[in-house]
Amino acid sequence: MKNALGAVDSVLLLGGRSEIGLAVVELLVKRGARRIVLAVRGETDAPDLKALGAEVHVVDFDAARPESHGDVVRTAVDLVGDLDVVISAFGVLGDQAVYERDPVSAAHAVAVNFGGQVSVCLHVAERLREQRHGTLIVLSSVAGVRVRKANYVYGSTKAGLDGFAQGLGDALHGSGANVMVVRPGFVRGRMTAGMPPAPMATTPGEVAAAVVAGLREGKETVWAPAVLAPVFALMRVLPRAVWRRMPR
Amino acid sequence: MTFLTGWGRTAPTPAQVVRPRTTEELAKLLADRPRRGLIARGLGRSYGDAAQNAGGVVVDCADLDLGWSLDQESGTVTASAGTSLHDLMSALVPRGWFVPVTPGTRYVTVGGAVAADIHGKNHHVDSSFGAHVTSLTLATADGSIRVLTPGDRLFWATVGGMGLTGVILSATFTCVPVETSRFKVDVEQARNLDHVIELMAEGDHRYRYTVAWIDLLATGAHTGRAVLTRGNHALREDVRSAAPLAYAPRPLLTTPPWVPNGLLNRWTLRAFNEAWYHKSPRVRRGVIQSLTTFFHPLDGVRDWNRLYGSRGLLQYQFAVPDEGLETLRRIVARLSAHGVASFLTVLKRFGPGTPGHLSFPMPGWTLALDIPAGVPGLDRLLTLFDEWVAAAGGRLYLAKDSRMSAETLRATYPRLGEWREIRSSVDPDGVFRSDLARRLGL
Repeated sequence: MKNALGAVDSVLLLGGRSEIGLAVVELLVKRGARRIVLAVRGETDAPDLKALGAEVHVVDFDAARPESHGDVVRTAVDLVGDLDVVISAFGVLGDQAVYERDPVSAAHAVAVNFGGQVSVCLHVAERLREQRHGTLIVLSSVAGVRVRKANYVYGSTKAGLDGFAQGLGDALHGSGANVMVVRPGFVRGRMTAGMPPAPMATTPGEVAAAVVAGLREGKETVWAPAVLAPVFALMRVLPRAVWRRMPR
Repeated sequence: MTFLTGWGRTAPTPAQVVRPRTTEELAKLLADRPRRGLIARGLGRSYGDAAQNAGGVVVDCADLDLGWSLDQESGTVTASAGTSLHDLMSALVPRGWFVPVTPGTRYVTVGGAVAADIHGKNHHVDSSFGAHVTSLTLATADGSIRVLTPGDRLFWATVGGMGLTGVILSATFTCVPVETSRFKVDVEQARNLDHVIELMAEGDHRYRYTVAWIDLLATGAHTGRAVLTRGNHALREDVRSAAPLAYAPRPLLTTPPWVPNGLLNRWTLRAFNEAWYHKSPRVRRGVIQSLTTFFHPLDGVRDWNRLYGSRGLLQYQFAVPDEGLETLRRIVARLSAHGVASFLTVLKRFGPGTPGHLSFPMPGWTLALDIPAGVPGLDRLLTLFDEWVAAAGGRLYLAKDSRMSAETLRATYPRLGEWREIRSSVDPDGVFRSDLARRLGL
């Protein structure tokens, strides 16, 4: 259960290799979380959460197989009981040029980033609605706030996910459970290795700090860094002719 | 579903609130085995999540009014769990009897008093509420109604058991004879924490009721300065009144429904504390005070918890044994240095505890402070105090807690294992559940 100061006990991370997801989990463990489930396809490279005092379970999770998602959530509940926080952090970035050459790979990215998220988040929502408490944290992206020509396949999956997560949050309103949509900017890390950082770039650790602060305050939307909120308020209203000239 | 919080108004969760009117209706609820369990709730004065049950059933015991009775000869009272101490006192005091223990508010129920094994200003002499209970009736998970006495293990798992052994239906307890409704009170200032500790250690035995209000915002040589208030029931000859037992309390003020966050901050509280300390006499003996002035000054302001704004408040109350006095000094020094704005910080000596497995009081000292939940850095500071308190052999009060960890609970309640064993023998499926129980793995 979330305590009076916003600390939680049990956490499910969907996407056990996500750097941002793991940074959030590590910070939650440092703030008192003790029962952790990492849902991951293959190996996780989680930091040593046991050394920080947490009990850690690893569950096999394939985002591209929605028929297995119900079991993943049920297994997590069997392992740790009520889910105080669920972080849905999986997704692939991919390369726009490759997507354009190989539309099948683009369809696969959509199935994971959007289809997989929709499926597993619906299972999570069902559980949170039953337990009447808990927060689902959905990792969206500024790339989905206004889709750019430079990465419109990835951006459109995040645009879909962002809209879905907002709708789900509204559907859960009043149930005791809630959804937090997180919109990071350019995050330096494995996913973006080799790419020149965009302005206002951030790190997984900084995103995690913003997420945990938002959790304590019960926020519905977290921008990381916070300045991206006004920046994208402006970006959204730029004329199309200007927007399409964005270099990347 | 209704959103519920404790008195601190933090961490709300929705539950299905039901108000059974008879024990049969209650038995039917239990037979339904609600999927997310059930917990009883009285007047909601626990600060944290003790009487919340996210997604489950919360049994409001207010309509389960089986009444109460007094044996005028012996002062023995049998009261249904939903009876408030406010109602009891209003009826008992004019008849010459006083409840054995009253906390800082009259608005608690008998069921809550037993479940939290509440204490008051007379703990150093009279112990906690459970010490005065001679029998209990408890509806357990199997739907049966058990009559328990202090010889039963389940009795002591229920006293202080936070409602997790069953729904308490009624309690029989012994009251204290009084000649008047007033108190004869000595008030004195103490210049710092050491001074107040010395005054209490040396003089508390002369008084049935004692408490010290501590100014946590005083610093330097004045750290922990205090106003010490100690008294006894006034005798007939102390009171010049035609109706010495007259007692008719009423709330004077109501808090407005909306109060800005941060109204109670370091500066407003410093001003309040300064005024409160200096308006009190250096030493004044034999002041006659009314029951409400002496015990329940905050009951004069209805819903005073709303003064803390929408973020709510939390109360940190710990006890340490006499050997842990140094820990008390360290905590007061740290709070004072940190400038934590606490409206009401209260220091009290504890006498012997009860055999309740999860009962809070232990011989030694207890400090309780109210803190706005939005204070930055609070989590880290209190977690550090938890470690100090545990190392000193102390513990935190479950009825006040809204944030401790399951590890702290395990480290500080040595009889937790024994309690769990008794609990699982009467409630193997865990029908009785609360948010507090989930949070602490009770």
